[in-house]
Amino acid sequence: MDNNWPLWEIFVRSKNGLEHRHFGSLHAADEDMALENARDVYTRRNEGVSIWVVKSSDITASNPENNGELFEPAQDKVYRHPTFYKLPDEIKHM
Amino acid sequence: MSNEQIKNLEEIFEARIARDEKIEAKDWMPEKYRKTHIRQISQHAHSEIVGMLPEGNWISRAPSLRRKAALLAKVQDEAGHGLYLYSACETLGISREELYQQLHSGKAKYSSIFNYPTLTWADMGAIGWLVDGAAIINQVPLCNTSFGPYARAMVRVCKEESFHQRQGFEIMLKLCNGSKEQKDMAQDALNRWWWPSLMMLGPTDAESVHTEQSMKWKLKRKSNDDLRQQFIDQTVPQADILGLTIPDPDLKFNKQTGSYDFGAINWDEFWQVVKGHGPCNKQRISARVAAWDNGAWVRDAAMAHAAKKEELKVKIAI
Ligand SMILES: [Fe+2]
Ligand SMILES: [Fe+2]
Repeated sequence: MDNNWPLWEIFVRSKNGLEHRHFGSLHAADEDMALENARDVYTRRNEGVSIWVVKSSDITASNPENNGELFEPAQDKVYRHPTFYKLPDEIKHM
Repeated sequence: MSNEQIKNLEEIFEARIARDEKIEAKDWMPEKYRKTHIRQISQHAHSEIVGMLPEGNWISRAPSLRRKAALLAKVQDEAGHGLYLYSACETLGISREELYQQLHSGKAKYSSIFNYPTLTWADMGAIGWLVDGAAIINQVPLCNTSFGPYARAMVRVCKEESFHQRQGFEIMLKLCNGSKEQKDMAQDALNRWWWPSLMMLGPTDAESVHTEQSMKWKLKRKSNDDLRQQFIDQTVPQADILGLTIPDPDLKFNKQTGSYDFGAINWDEFWQVVKGHGPCNKQRISARVAAWDNGAWVRDAAMAHAAKKEELKVKIAI
């Protein structure tokens, strides 16, 4: 049996009203231990009010080599931004 | 990939760093960048982990509950620093197991300062004040280093270091305002930790092999000698406040440079300690290996428990 503890990604909500943010990772045998360890490793000084743990192997990530085809098409879609549209000067707030 | 293509990629890569862009773990990077980062980040992680040992030595003998709580919290922080850094290192494709293996076999280095013994309670003061003080000087510039996971780990580490240095200085201050024996103890600790702390900032620039490449990759922003001068200039006035004497007869303020001139560092001693012949090298590694080996059954039991729980979940689902 492979007895190395698997890797978990840790997400912490620093206070209500904010989203969970990726804080780092750690090794733990299971999800309960991952939560307990995350508390000790990442929230020793009140950095969080809620923790998510996700097994790193369950995350599917985009490959930076595909960044061109994934993200470049958005660059020439200027009409998705309000500044693309010309308004008469009299209209102050829109 | 042809050599031509690799050269091209390397140029694009170096240009990104020069523009202050961060490199993330899955980005293409030159093999040398990956290797250098694995070496430096893991050395850093090992130093945090081994660094717990000399201080852990005094937790059960702290002179008051206040000091005990502070020291315990500090040592726990160092464990946290080690974990942040191991995680950052693992993003480069090396496993935690391999990293431990390198530490335990003696293949990987850690900061030479932790191979000195902690003989009295005053050493807890001197370590916080001087060793964490020197560490801060080393670490602050790394918050802007080019490798994203390392930079983010360093931001977290730096936030936590300042309490370490302050609690150490407070220990020194208390001893220096105490009885003659207490003040002598503080002076003795300074005498023993001063030179190793200066060495901790690394070999002189003339002998430092990696500096130029490391500057380009922002693994280093100032040379070892500059960092050392900064440390001395900042620490001498603090020793004056304590009423302690820096154990260097050649130490003198230089009006022209605005800095302190200081005596020759015993680099032979430094290289001896780096090569494994310091006062506590063997003791540190064997304590670390014993902790790891003796914990094996706990790690195994935790995995067995996790497997059992998983099985149960599947059964209930069926
Ligand atoms: Fe630390
Ligand atoms: Fe520290």
